[in-house]
Amino acid sequence: MSRLMSEEGIRIDGRRWNELRPVRIEVGVLKNADGSSYIEFGKNKIVVAVYGPKEVHPKHMALPDRSVLRCRYHMLPFSVEERKNPAPSRREIEISKITREALEPALILEDYPRTVIDVFIEVLQSDGGSRCAGITAASVALADAGINMRDLVAACAAGKVGGRIVLDINDEEDKMGEADMPVAYLPNLKQVSLLQLDGKLTADEYRECLNLAISGCMQVYSIQREALMRKYFATDKRGGDEGGGGEEE
Amino acid sequence: MSVKKTTTIVEQLRRAQMSELLAMNKRLDGRGLKDYRELRIETGLIKKANGSALVSLGNTQVIAGIKVEVDEPFPDMPDKGLFICNAEVLPLASPYAEPGPPDEDAIELARVVDRGIRESEMIALDRLVLISGKKVYAVFADVSVLNTDGNLFDATSYAVVAALLTARVPRYDVQDEKLVKSEETIPLPINTIPVSITMAKIGNSIIVDPNAEEEACMDARITMATDEQGRVCAMQKGGSGTFSVDQLNEVASLAISLGSEVRERIRSSVASSTGGGANSIRSMTS
Repeated sequence: MSRLMSEEGIRIDGRRWNELRPVRIEVGVLKNADGSSYIEFGKNKIVVAVYGPKEVHPKHMALPDRSVLRCRYHMLPFSVEERKNPAPSRREIEISKITREALEPALILEDYPRTVIDVFIEVLQSDGGSRCAGITAASVALADAGINMRDLVAACAAGKVGGRIVLDINDEEDKMGEADMPVAYLPNLKQVSLLQLDGKLTADEYRECLNLAISGCMQVYSIQREALMRKYFATDKRGGDEGGGGEEE
Repeated sequence: MSVKKTTTIVEQLRRAQMSELLAMNKRLDGRGLKDYRELRIETGLIKKANGSALVSLGNTQVIAGIKVEVDEPFPDMPDKGLFICNAEVLPLASPYAEPGPPDEDAIELARVVDRGIRESEMIALDRLVLISGKKVYAVFADVSVLNTDGNLFDATSYAVVAALLTARVPRYDVQDEKLVKSEETIPLPINTIPVSITMAKIGNSIIVDPNAEEEACMDARITMATDEQGRVCAMQKGGSGTFSVDQLNEVASLAISLGSEVRERIRSSVASSTGGGANSIRSMTS
């Protein structure tokens, strides 16, 4: 375990216990999509597109009082060490489901009855915490698509590595560490919309881990806001952004 | 990408009625908010399986079977045995169940149950190695849901746990790098008994062990597995609602306290329904 955490409390990638990996978000990266985003979260590289609200196919899936949200989390075959079969795995199907359930409470789906909103999350390169990075980017892409929302959704994991509770688990810490807890948070409503745990935590560690993950979500939230501001409230470079210019006045 | 279709008007009326009752700390079926339904566990009913259990939690009924084979270990884990957990909702389980490949709900069910057992390290996988790097025991847990009435997560988890606790597997002797099957059978090496507790949030109330009616009205669901030391080993939030931090602290303490209660229930059911089962479990856990 000392490999993951030095005596001085420095982690395998040089971070301290409460430090996030570098996060970069770009808004409006795909021309055809109604909304899109690109995120780099540590070594994760993920692109997200939103299509909709649009007509539902098959028609019987439509709901009379609200829009249907559909999410697909998918990893490209070359995004991981060993080639991944491109067909959706059981892991990807589960992550697609929990991603949908993490994003749904933030959206005002009642504003778009009898329609569907599709969210496509494609992992180009994966590191630990790709589900959190995907949710974070998807929320930004939904905002870029102009979907009415109550809040953004920011996601970040915390966990236990080398006996300590640490923020934002990377790939090696996920594989070798003792616990991984991905959390998605609605920063203004102060609500948790995703919570999973793999690994053992005492009751006190659980509380500490949850609070640390939420503090990470708040940091991610400010990066999400900055990215959206850069596109929609840029004053220095009028109309200078490349994609999705149609959303501007 | 399956999305459940709900009959909105009927459900909204139901939800209103349920919320009113919950405000008075009552539930439609008469239970208190923190009560789980009657739990019955019968083990060893399938002789062809290495271990089996039939569990009913109220009207929810599931059957789990354990099959143990000898297999090669995963290349990155040469000194660990294999544990593979699968779950399906049989077409006979409800008027709405349909045959076909598992949908996202069934996949989530299997993965959440698997996570609780794996992360608690219930089975000592390092003691399932026959020839290091070459031959290990592979433990397959397959669960079929026979009747659905909510909280498939806990019923399925209890069934797998009870079946594993009572499973007997053939002993192998190693002679010149070859495996020789003996007539003797041995129990699986067990470290702890994980217990899954599922709770639902309806309005601002947290209820334990939601039935199908309550699940149809719930905002969100959370499943927590705890081990014998009262540690949380696995969690999964589900449903399109949210929890506050206070609620998450509440559900964690509930999962720990109810978990130890249910653990004793599982222990005593397993002990009473199979002769000698309890002794072998005790000796493995101590």
